[in-house]
Amino acid sequence: MKITVNGRPLEVEGTKDLLTTCLSAGIEIPHFCWHGDLGSVGACRLCAVRVHDGPEDTEGRIEMACMTPVREGQRIEVMDPEAERFRARIIEWLMVNHPHDCAVCEEGGACHLQDMVVASGHHRRRAEVPKRTHRNQDHGPFLTQEMNRCIGCYRCLRFYRDYTGGKDFEVLGAHDRVWFGRTEPGALESPFAGNLAEVCPTGVFDDRWWSRHYARPWDMAETPSICANCSVGCNITLFERGGTLRKAQNRTHGAINGSFLCDRGRFGALAAEAARPTHPTRKGAEILWTDAIAGARALVARGAVGIGSPRACLETNFALRRLVGEDRFFAGCGAAEAALVARMAAILRQGPAGIASIRDIERADAVLVLGEDLTGTAPRAALALRQAARDAERRLAAEKGVPEWMDAAVRVAGEGRRSPVALVTPLPDVLDEVALWPLRRAPAEVGAFGQAVAAALRGEEAAPEARAVAEALAAAEAPVVIAGAGLGLAGPAEAAAAVAAALGARARIALFPPEAGSVGLALLGGTGLERAVAELEADPRPVILLDASLPDRAPADIVDRLMTAATEVMLLDWLDGPLAARADLMLPVTAPAETSGTYINHEGRAQRFFTGRPSDLVPAWRLLAPLCGATETTLDEILAALAHDCPDLAVVREAAPGAEAAPVARLPARASGRTAFDLAGRVPEGQPRIDADSALAWSMEGAQGLDAPPALRTRAERPGLHSASSAWVGTEGVGGPVRGGDPGVALLMAGGTGPGSTGPGTPLEDMPGEGFRTLPLHDPFAATAADRASPPLAERAPGPRLVLHPEDAAALGAAEGVRLLVDGLPAPASLALDPAVPRGHVALTGARGYARFVTLEVAP
Amino acid sequence: MKGILDSILRVGRMVFAPTKTVEYPEVKLPLAPRTRGRIVLTRDPDGQERCVACNLCAAACPVDCIDVVKAETPDGRWYPESFRINFARCIFCGYCEEACPTSAIQLTPDVELADYRRGSLQYEKEDLLISGEGKHPGYRYWDVAGKAIAGKQSDPVDPKDLCP
Repeated sequence: MKITVNGRPLEVEGTKDLLTTCLSAGIEIPHFCWHGDLGSVGACRLCAVRVHDGPEDTEGRIEMACMTPVREGQRIEVMDPEAERFRARIIEWLMVNHPHDCAVCEEGGACHLQDMVVASGHHRRRAEVPKRTHRNQDHGPFLTQEMNRCIGCYRCLRFYRDYTGGKDFEVLGAHDRVWFGRTEPGALESPFAGNLAEVCPTGVFDDRWWSRHYARPWDMAETPSICANCSVGCNITLFERGGTLRKAQNRTHGAINGSFLCDRGRFGALAAEAARPTHPTRKGAEILWTDAIAGARALVARGAVGIGSPRACLETNFALRRLVGEDRFFAGCGAAEAALVARMAAILRQGPAGIASIRDIERADAVLVLGEDLTGTAPRAALALRQAARDAERRLAAEKGVPEWMDAAVRVAGEGRRSPVALVTPLPDVLDEVALWPLRRAPAEVGAFGQAVAAALRGEEAAPEARAVAEALAAAEAPVVIAGAGLGLAGPAEAAAAVAAALGARARIALFPPEAGSVGLALLGGTGLERAVAELEADPRPVILLDASLPDRAPADIVDRLMTAATEVMLLDWLDGPLAARADLMLPVTAPAETSGTYINHEGRAQRFFTGRPSDLVPAWRLLAPLCGATETTLDEILAALAHDCPDLAVVREAAPGAEAAPVARLPARASGRTAFDLAGRVPEGQPRIDADSALAWSMEGAQGLDAPPALRTRAERPGLHSASSAWVGTEGVGGPVRGGDPGVALLMAGGTGPGSTGPGTPLEDMPGEGFRTLPLHDPFAATAADRASPPLAERAPGPRLVLHPEDAAALGAAEGVRLLVDGLPAPASLALDPAVPRGHVALTGARGYARFVTLEVAP
Repeated sequence: MKGILDSILRVGRMVFAPTKTVEYPEVKLPLAPRTRGRIVLTRDPDGQERCVACNLCAAACPVDCIDVVKAETPDGRWYPESFRINFARCIFCGYCEEACPTSAIQLTPDVELADYRRGSLQYEKEDLLISGEGKHPGYRYWDVAGKAIAGKQSDPVDPKDLCP
């Protein structure tokens, strides 16, 4: 389709509105209520332009660009004097009640309203009416609210209620006094509420941690990083000043997180700001680093066994594996979990279905979720599923002639029709409300249901429910099957593979392992803890442990036997986990936010992250490398060693340019105070810190903005557009991939190639057993000890829970609230009863990644 | 001969002329109030700190010698938790004063800042804060912007009230 904008002919797709089309072509039109992911509602009237229907239409008319479909031959004048005047009046009107308090507003300097006021030319208040004021509400540890700044664009409500499905956020009042918030003060319940800080185009909602540890947007060093808090691998930017992490913000990735993060991802990196071990200790007593290294060398010389960590990056696990040798390297999780993650990688590699990214889930027209509590294990995928569930609505609206981008109209015309989403979980799920088939199955039967769907797809006999799901999947153009390790069982993943195989090439499969480093650890090989314990009990040796929170992901008795069987335990961790007290030698290392490394996400996409905050500690891989006589000190060198030792992982080096690439500035050009805030009084004055692991400089020297390569890009902004609302500047068209290509490199290719490919792999089976089977309970705010270390997340983390079916409890003779013994050990929580828990199961928090059989008894 | 006498006469006349040279530093030269010298932080008529820690002075500073850290009072007003100027770097251009929306930061006619140690040219908030209002008597930022401006805004609305 051909249109003319500002006299410039454009060839456009023509399926979008005028505003999206122009922005995608790089032509700026002031806008306000429009958001690339939320669509158009035409509420603010700021994006007015003059539209001529064709060459013969000389007069044209003022129209809202966001509500006007693109038509062949249209001529658009953005800078038409009448349209300009119109926009200036609109923004003046929007500003009537705005407090003009930019000087004392966190948003100032990265504010969409500020940008738009400047763009529209309004600079002097003429209105003399008194400004309306509002009362503010306490919204918990994530967000601040300053309602006086609200200009009523409704973005927050549209995001919170329409996009994330949140219930506890309202618009109240009428006229120019509309007020956004909860009916009662309190933390917002949705695990995506933190996005309001970015979605709000003014300073009404802001990041509370940032407000408490404030620095102006132009004063913070920005580092591209990857969220370390689940296997999705969302791209984030870390903001640092003066050695403090000030905030984490969404960094657009076309195939993964798009414009939004979950709260665990947004606030999880702040765990680096928690109280952490800073000095090496021997049996709890602080020692010197030289003594600690000498102790570590002695321990390695005695033939230590290495236990990797699914929480650590690929480089760290590799450095440990090389140090102890391949046959003495074990995964830091139960054997079942290690086998399951390895099997997941094998399934993805085999095909026949493609690997689903988060964006693929978002665009699916039929989804089958097997056993996974997505909101708890991979929250960003749950948000994507909510968008996929609206596909039927969009189709019905399209039949009625309502285009997809006309958001409010689609919601009416769609009549609330639900897409074929089947949610097969043991417990009621928050996603039930968007699922056409919210199905309850006991954990062991989830896999059976999936296999029944696969059988029905192959044309075999199956139960009616499975047949209905199979028919919907078969009729879909882009079906997605989702499973994961959330139940601690292999059944769901195997069934998902069977369903995907039965659906054929148009289907996609997403399998979510438990942690950010799970896939990387699985690709390095290494069986689980049980094998390590067996070998250690036969031949006691020292143990090098990468993870102090091992009890989170392996049965307590196995961990206990490991600690007993080891002659000595050396622990490298950045947190004081439960095992820290029992380690003989504890070496503190950098937190993920302070480390450079690589995570491989659930799709097998290797993504590089960089040091977001300087630290006096060293990354675990740098500490481990010299212990075996190697000389690597930089990330590039350790990656070269990795490529040498594991040729099939060599491609991870291409995830980002190395340190020799052209420098990229972490600080914006207008960073201030650098001769005062830490250098004053020093002669000679200090030099900026050097980052040996990447081309990112701790200064404003180097490429800025879009000049940097995508994997190193710290920000995407243009003169006049500084806010998070202008993320479209950095993408190829609104909602498209990052300019220059989405960062990261795919390791697992469907079709049998890729690392660790050892044939088709054998399907795993879940072992039956005696007693109660554990059913892991997941939480979107805190999955592991690493999440709970983050100060804002700690406030939202729920306490431990233990839930039984009332009849099971009655059979045990246990009343609600009693303390139980689990396998003879006191349970972390008192008993709660819920008839939703399947019979014969005990739902437990902190039992991530493994399901096993336990005995329960009432504590005496 | 005439020339020599003329010279003596001219020089001799100057003996009785008023002296222009000032015996600095024993005698101080009167400097205009607008002279750009040592920077101070002023207070508003109530004696409250004027600075709201907006960081605009730091952003305007061409030598990046100002560092401000924001803190917040319980009623939501901002104030500087710390305010540091490195006078070893300051070029006394006055951009900070120009950028300041609250008239807090002002340059004074005190130009005697020489020292033997750079460290002593690092001025903290307590060194910068004076007790007066400086060049703009009567000005109070919170009267014209920010939270709770008496007379310029209505009372907080009740969001549960639907009346227009």
